[in-house]
Amino acid sequence: MTTTPAPPAVDAVQAEASAQNPAEVTPADAGRPVRSRTLKPWYRNGTLVVGLVITGLLVLTAVFAPLLAPYDPVKQNLQDALQDPSSAHWLGTDKYGRDVLSRLIWGARVDLRIGFLAVLIPFVVGTVVGALAGYFGGWFDTVVMRVVDVFFAFPFYVLVIVLVFVLGAGESSIYLAIAAVSWVAYAKIMRGELLVAKKQDYVVAARLGGMSHGRILLKHIAPNVMSQALIYAMSDIVMDIMAIVTLGYLGLGIAPPTAEWGSMILDGQEFITTQWLQATIPGLAVVVTSLGLSLLGDGLSDHLSPERRK
Amino acid sequence: MTTTEKAPALQVEGLTKSYSLGTSWLSKVLRRGSSTLTALDGVDLELRRGEVLALVGESGSGKSTLAKILVGSTGPTSGTVQHDGVVAGKRDRESSRRVQMVFQDPYSSLNPRLTVGAVLAELLRLHDVVPRSEVRAESIRLLGLVGMEADVLDAYPSQFSGGQRQRLAIARALAVRPDVLIADEPVSALDVSVQATILELFARLRAELGLSVLFIAHNLAVVQHLADRVAVMYLGRIVEVAPTAELFSSPRHPYTRALIDSIPRMTAGSVNDEFELDGEPPSPYDVPSGCRFHPRCPLADDGCRSTDPALLTIGPARLSACLKADELATIPLPDTTATELPR
Amino acid sequence: MTVIETDQQRVTLDPSVPLLSVQDLSIGTRSAAIVEGVSFDVAAGERSGIVGESGSGKSLTLRAIAGLLPRGVAVQGGRIEYGGSDLLTMSARRRRALMGPEIAMVFQEPMTALNPVMRVGDQIAEGPRRHLGLGKKEAADLAVQMMARTGIPDPARRARAYPHELSGGLRQRIMIAMAVSCGPRLLLCDEPTTALDVTVQLQVLKLLEKLCTDTGTALVFVTHDLAVVNQTCSDVDVMYAGHIVEAGPVAEVFAAPRHPYTRGLLESAPDFDRPDRELVPIPGFPPNVADRGPGCPFAPRCGYVTDHCRTAMPPLATVAPGRLAACFETDRLGDVL
Repeated sequence: MTTTPAPPAVDAVQAEASAQNPAEVTPADAGRPVRSRTLKPWYRNGTLVVGLVITGLLVLTAVFAPLLAPYDPVKQNLQDALQDPSSAHWLGTDKYGRDVLSRLIWGARVDLRIGFLAVLIPFVVGTVVGALAGYFGGWFDTVVMRVVDVFFAFPFYVLVIVLVFVLGAGESSIYLAIAAVSWVAYAKIMRGELLVAKKQDYVVAARLGGMSHGRILLKHIAPNVMSQALIYAMSDIVMDIMAIVTLGYLGLGIAPPTAEWGSMILDGQEFITTQWLQATIPGLAVVVTSLGLSLLGDGLSDHLSPERRK
Repeated sequence: MTTTEKAPALQVEGLTKSYSLGTSWLSKVLRRGSSTLTALDGVDLELRRGEVLALVGESGSGKSTLAKILVGSTGPTSGTVQHDGVVAGKRDRESSRRVQMVFQDPYSSLNPRLTVGAVLAELLRLHDVVPRSEVRAESIRLLGLVGMEADVLDAYPSQFSGGQRQRLAIARALAVRPDVLIADEPVSALDVSVQATILELFARLRAELGLSVLFIAHNLAVVQHLADRVAVMYLGRIVEVAPTAELFSSPRHPYTRALIDSIPRMTAGSVNDEFELDGEPPSPYDVPSGCRFHPRCPLADDGCRSTDPALLTIGPARLSACLKADELATIPLPDTTATELPR
Repeated sequence: MTVIETDQQRVTLDPSVPLLSVQDLSIGTRSAAIVEGVSFDVAAGERSGIVGESGSGKSLTLRAIAGLLPRGVAVQGGRIEYGGSDLLTMSARRRRALMGPEIAMVFQEPMTALNPVMRVGDQIAEGPRRHLGLGKKEAADLAVQMMARTGIPDPARRARAYPHELSGGLRQRIMIAMAVSCGPRLLLCDEPTTALDVTVQLQVLKLLEKLCTDTGTALVFVTHDLAVVNQTCSDVDVMYAGHIVEAGPVAEVFAAPRHPYTRGLLESAPDFDRPDRELVPIPGFPPNVADRGPGCPFAPRCGYVTDHCRTAMPPLATVAPGRLAACFETDRLGDVL
C-alpha cells in the first residue's frame, strides 16, 4: 500500500509554509493562509484508483445488465444444456441450457444490490448506537458494550445461517439476518472513535461556546469520525456478499431460478470435473468483487487518514 | 491597574477536586483500596478586572484541573466559583459566554472539518452577538483584532501554522465577547519567535478590550513579561501570590524561590544551584502531611512537618503559605547581573 | 574513561582529528532536501549545542549521526567522521558496534524511548551485556551503579520497576543511565529536557554537566531553548531551514550575534533577566521545504536583506576568530544587541 513519502519530521517542516511572495517582508505572522501542504490527491492513490475502477465496472455491469447480457438468464433451453464455451455462449451453458455469461451478469445485479443494501441498516443503527454510547458513556455505554460482546461471541456465519433458516429463505430474511448480526461492529468502531473525539480540544471549545450535545455530535464530531465507519462499510459489503453467496450455495438464499452467484456455484458443483467453468466463474466473480471493494476501502482509508485530515 | 470597587471578574473560594480512581464496582465490593487523587485541595483565588494573572505550577500542581473547573468542563468536589460576584451554577448558554478558553495545542483546538468562517459564524449566531446580516462583518472584525485578514474565512485550519492557529483560537474565544479569558499554556507549543507575536497579541487585547486574563504557564520568562500578578501552585494549593516584579525579585515561598532559581539564564555562566530541590515532583495521590512542600524544602523543620500552613497575607497584595516567609526575605537571590556581558 | 573496566577493546581513535567531524552533510527525501551542507566539529569532552526552531533540521542532523533517520529520509551527501572514520561508509556491523560503547543518544520523550514491558534495570543492563560482554549479574550491578550515579534514590529497588511506574524526571534519568552505561565518548541529546518540569530540568541539566565533566564525554545538545544552551554548552551552532547560519562560542554568539536570524531569535525570546525589554518578533514564516529558492533562506524575513542575498547563497565563513556566520551583510550586525 502506498503511503505519502514524507515522514512526520518533514511534515512538521512543511506545516510551517512560506508566505506567498518571498520577496515581500510580510508583517509578523501575517493573516494569509499559508499554502497547504502538498498532499497526494486521490487520483494518485494507486490502490484507490484501481479499487474504484474495478468496483465501478462491476456496478456498471450490474446496472446495465439488460443491455449487456446476450440471453435471458432464467429461460430454460434444455436442448442447449451443458455446452462448452463457444462463440454463441462465451462461457457455455448450465444444465438448464441457460447462458452462463448472462446469468453471471444478472447475478452481479442480485449480489451487488443485496450486498450494498444489507449494509445500510447495520451501518445506520450501529453507528448511531455506538456514537451515543461513546459520547455519553455511563450506563448506556455499559449496556451497549455488553450486548456487543454477546454478539461478538458468536461467529457471524453461524448466526446468519441460523436466522435465515428460522426466518425462511428469501431476500428479506437475508436483510434481517445480516442486520441483526453485523450492526455490532459499527457500534464498536464508532464508540472507539467518539471516545477519542470527545476529548479533543475543539469539542471542548464547542461545549464552551454553549453548543448543545446534539449540535456538537452532528455538526462538529460527525464529519471527523464518519470516515472510519465508511471504510469499514466497504469491507462489510464484501462480507455480506460472501454471506449471500454462501447462503445461495447452501440453498438458503434467493430462490431459483433467479441468477445469483451462490446458487450458480451450487448448480455447477456437480459438473466440476466436466464443465468446471460453471462453478468456477461465479467464484471468480466473487473474488474480483471482493478485491475491488477491498482495494477501494483500503485506498479510502489511506486517503481519509488522520495525517491528511490534520 | 486594578481599581475595583466592583467585584472581581472571577473569584474562587475553597475549591477542592478529588478523583477516586480504580473504583470498578468489583473493587468497591471487595473493598480494595481505591486511590484518591486530590487534584485541588482548597484553592482561593481572585482574578481582578482587566488584569493578567499568571498561574504557574509544575505537573501535579492542579492548574489544569483548576482551568477545567473555571470553564465549567468539570465540577468541583466542593467550593464555589463566582463570576462578577454571582455564584456560577450549571453551565448554560448565557454563562458560557462569560468565560472562554484558549487551549495549549493549536493543532487540536480547531475543528479540521470546518472553515474558520463557519466556526465564527456559528458562535455569533448561536449567541445572537450581532444581527444575522452583520455576522460576516463581525467575523472580519474579529479576525482583524487578532491580526488576520478577511480571506482567512474560507480556509481550513490545516492550512495555517501553529501561531496562526492560536490567533484563530483566540478570535473564536473572543467571538462571544467574554469577560474572562483563560489561556491554558497558549504559547508552550509554539516556536520561540512565534511566541512573541502571541504574547504581543495578548498584551494588546488586554489594553484594547479590558479583558481579564488567567494565563496558565510553566515558562516563567513568559509570565514575567506579560503578567500583572502571579499565583504559584503546588500540589493542589496556591502557595504564593504577588505582583510580578515583587514575586521575582523577592519570593516569599521556598518553592517559588526554587522555581526561579531553576530557570535557565542567558547571562549566568553556569547552572544555578543556590536553592536546589531534593527529590521528585510530588504525586497528587500521596500528599505529604504538614506543609505539603516539606519533603523537598531546604528550609523545612519540625514545625513545617506538622503544620499545614494557610495562605496568609504577608504584605500589601502579597500572600504566602510558608511558615518561614519572613526568613526567606533575608536570603538573597543569586546576583546574575554581575556576569552580564555588554549588550 | 574512568568507570568501565572491561576486557573489550576500545575502538582506537585518531587523536589528531576531532572526535566528531560532520562535513557538508545533506539529508533529504526523494523530493526535497531538508538539511544542506551542514558542517561542524566536536572535540573530545566538548559540549556543543545546536539551536533552531521547528523545521530547522536540527533533530534530523542528530539522528543522521546516530543512524536513526525515519523511513523515507536519507543522507544524501557529506561525511560524518567519528574519530577519523566515516560512519556513513563503514559496514553496518561496525557502525552498530559503535552505538553504545562509543556513541549514545538521549531522546526527548522518555516514555516512548523506554520499553514498557521491560524492567528499567534490565534495560540499562542490556547495553553492557551486549557490547561489553558482561555477565547477567555484573551487568545488573552496573545498572544499579549507573542509576545511583544519575541520582536515582534507592536504585536497587527502583531497578525492578517498569517505566510507567516512574515519574518523567526519573524516566529521563533512566534514559541517561542507559546512554552512559557503556561509557560512550559522545553523547547525543535531542531536546532531553523539553518535556520536563522546570525544577526537574535543572536537575537533569546538572546531571549531564557532571557526567560529562567526570568522564570527559563530549556532548551534542539539540534544543530550541537558547537559555538552556547558554547554561549547558560552550559552543553553539544556530540552524535555520536546514543550514547552519552561525557558529561560535555561546557567550560571544549570544552577546553579539553576527547573523540576522540569531539576532532575531534573541530579540524575540523573553529573557528572564531583562523583563522590560520589548519582544521583537521575526516577521514572516519559516520556509516551506519545497519552496526554497536560490539565495539565503532567511532573505524573505531579513531586515538587512539586499538583492545579492536573494540570488546567492551566503557561505558559512569566518567573521572573527572562532566565529562563523553565513551572511553577506554580517558586518552591519557588528554592533552589539
